[in-house]
Amino acid sequence: MLIQGKAHKYGDHIDTDVIIPARYLNTTDPDELAGHCMEDIDSDFLSKVARGDVMVAGKNFGCGSSREHAPIAIKAAGIAVVIAESFARIFYRNAFNIGLPLIESAEAAAGISDGDEVEVSLEEGVVRNLTTGEEYAFAPITGIAAELLEVGGLRERVRQQLVGQ
Amino acid sequence: MTITEKILAQAAGRDEVRPGEFVTCKLDLVMANDITAPIAIEEFEKMDAGQVFDRDKVVLVADHFTPCKDIKSAMQVKLLRDFAHSQGLTHFYEAQTGGIEHIILPDKGLVLPGEVVIGADSHTCTYGALGAFATGVGSTDFAAGMALGECWFRVPASRKFIFTGQLNEWVSGKDLILYTIGQIGVDGARYMAMEFAGPVIERMDMAGRFTICNMAIEAGAKNGIIVPDDTTLDWVNSRTTRDFQVFRSDEDAQYAEIYEWDAGNIEPQVAFPHLPENTCGISEVGEITIDQAVIGACTNGRLEDLRIAAQILKGRQVADGVRCIIIPGSQQIHLQATREGLVETFLEAGCLVSTPTCGPCLGGHMGILAAGERAISTTNRNFVGRMGHPESEVYLASPAVAAASAVAGKICGPEEL
Repeated sequence: MLIQGKAHKYGDHIDTDVIIPARYLNTTDPDELAGHCMEDIDSDFLSKVARGDVMVAGKNFGCGSSREHAPIAIKAAGIAVVIAESFARIFYRNAFNIGLPLIESAEAAAGISDGDEVEVSLEEGVVRNLTTGEEYAFAPITGIAAELLEVGGLRERVRQQLVGQ
Repeated sequence: MTITEKILAQAAGRDEVRPGEFVTCKLDLVMANDITAPIAIEEFEKMDAGQVFDRDKVVLVADHFTPCKDIKSAMQVKLLRDFAHSQGLTHFYEAQTGGIEHIILPDKGLVLPGEVVIGADSHTCTYGALGAFATGVGSTDFAAGMALGECWFRVPASRKFIFTGQLNEWVSGKDLILYTIGQIGVDGARYMAMEFAGPVIERMDMAGRFTICNMAIEAGAKNGIIVPDDTTLDWVNSRTTRDFQVFRSDEDAQYAEIYEWDAGNIEPQVAFPHLPENTCGISEVGEITIDQAVIGACTNGRLEDLRIAAQILKGRQVADGVRCIIIPGSQQIHLQATREGLVETFLEAGCLVSTPTCGPCLGGHMGILAAGERAISTTNRNFVGRMGHPESEVYLASPAVAAASAVAGKICGPEEL
C-alpha cells in the first residue's frame, strides 16, 4: 500500500486524552469522534487534515487511556498512517486491531517537519520525505500486526476463526 | 522465571516463556466499562460470535459517566444493561449495585492470584496487587476476549522495584508510585512488567498495593505485580471460596533492571501538570493555590484512603472558595464510611460527598474545571484537559496531601496545617 499525504507533526507523549477528550466518549460514531480529534492541543487540525495524510510524533505516542476511540478518531479524520519514535502499547494494539497502520522510526519522526509531503510504502518499508528528498527505511510490519492489516482488523480475524471452529 | 512469566506460561499451556515471545493465553476474566463496552458490543455482534465464552467470566461495569450525565451516556449504559441481560451475564454492575470497576472487582473476589485478566480500561493493571497478570486493552481486544476466552500477548520483560527502610509519616503507596514514575518517566517501563517488592511493600496493606499497581500504566507498563504473601492471602480468602494458584518469582529470575530505593528518603510527592512524571517532594512545591481537591478514583477511593482524609479533615474546615469532592469507590465503601462517621466528618468540614463514579478523573462530570482553575487530586492522570478545560491544571498526590491542601487552600502536606 502506497500512502502519500501531508505530515501533521506533534511532540512526545501525545496521550489519548488529547487525541480524543473523554467528554466526547458518550458516542461510538467515528465521524463524530473525528470531529474532536486533537482539538485540545491543535484546534486547527480538522481544517488542515485531508484524507491520506500522515501523523508524525515523538516518543510514547498514544499513552494513557485504553480508549479505542483514539485510533478510530485519527483514522476517521483521514490519517492513513502514524509515524512515531515509539508507541504506547495499548494504542499500538488498538490501532492495528482497527486497521490503522503504525510505523516506529526515530529517524523519520525526527526528520519530518510539520507540513512536509510524505510518501510511505508499507511493503517496501520506506518513508520518503518528498519535501526534503530524504528517505527512511523501517522494518516491515510482520507477524500478528501484518495479519491484522491484511484481513482488515481483529473483528474479521476473530470472525474467520469462529467460522473455522 | 518471574511471577509474570510463570502466570503467562501456565495460561498458555507452556512450561516456560521468555520475554519477547508471543503466546496465546486462556483468560480467567474479561472486563469493560460504559465507555469501552459500547464499541466492543458492536464489534462482538459483527464477529457473529453469538454467546460470550463464559457468562460468569465477562464483567461489565458502568462507572465512568454514571449516574448518567446526559442522554448519550444513558444510552450507552442501557446498551450494556441490555447486552448483560440478553447474554445472561452474572456480573453487571452500575453505580447503585457496585462502584468503580478496579475497586469492586477485587472486593467482590472476582480476581484472584495467578489469574489472567484483560480489561478494556488502562488501569486494569491494578489487579496485579493480588499477584494476578492483569492488563488494559481496547474495545476490540475485549470483544475478541468475550468471543474466544483467549488473548495473545507478547511476554514482557520485567523491571523490579525494591523499597527498603521505613516509610516516613504521611507517605503512602501513592507517593512511592509517583516517586517511581518521576524516576523512570512516563515511558520508563513501556511494554514491560513492573514488579514491586521489598520490606516496605511486604508491610503495606492491600489498599496501598492496589494504588501502586494502578499507576504502573503511567510508566507505560503492560502490568504491575506484587508476589502474594500472607496479607494477600488473608484478603483474598475472606472474599472467595474459589481455588487459585500462587506464583512467586524464582531466585534466579531475570530482570531487565532492578531498582532499590530507601523509602526513608521519600517524602510525600506531587506530580505537576501535565505528566505524572513531573514529580517533586512536598517540600519543593512552593506556593500553589487550588480551586478544587478530589479524593477518590480507582487509585485512591478505598476505605483506607478515606480514613486518612478524615483524620486530617476532622475538626477542620475546607478553605473558602475551595471545592473538596470526596468520592467513595463503591456503595459498600460509602456505607462503611458512613458507619464509621467519616462521611459526617467530611460534611462538617465542608466537603462534597459523591456517589461512586470515575466522574471528574477523566473530565466526565461531578467536578469539571474551568479555564485557569487548578485541582489537587488523588487520581492518576494530569494530562492537558484531563479534568476539564484544556487550560485547567491537575496536580496528583495522596489522600493526605489532597486533604491537607483542601484545608490550606494551597498545596501542602498535613504537617504544615
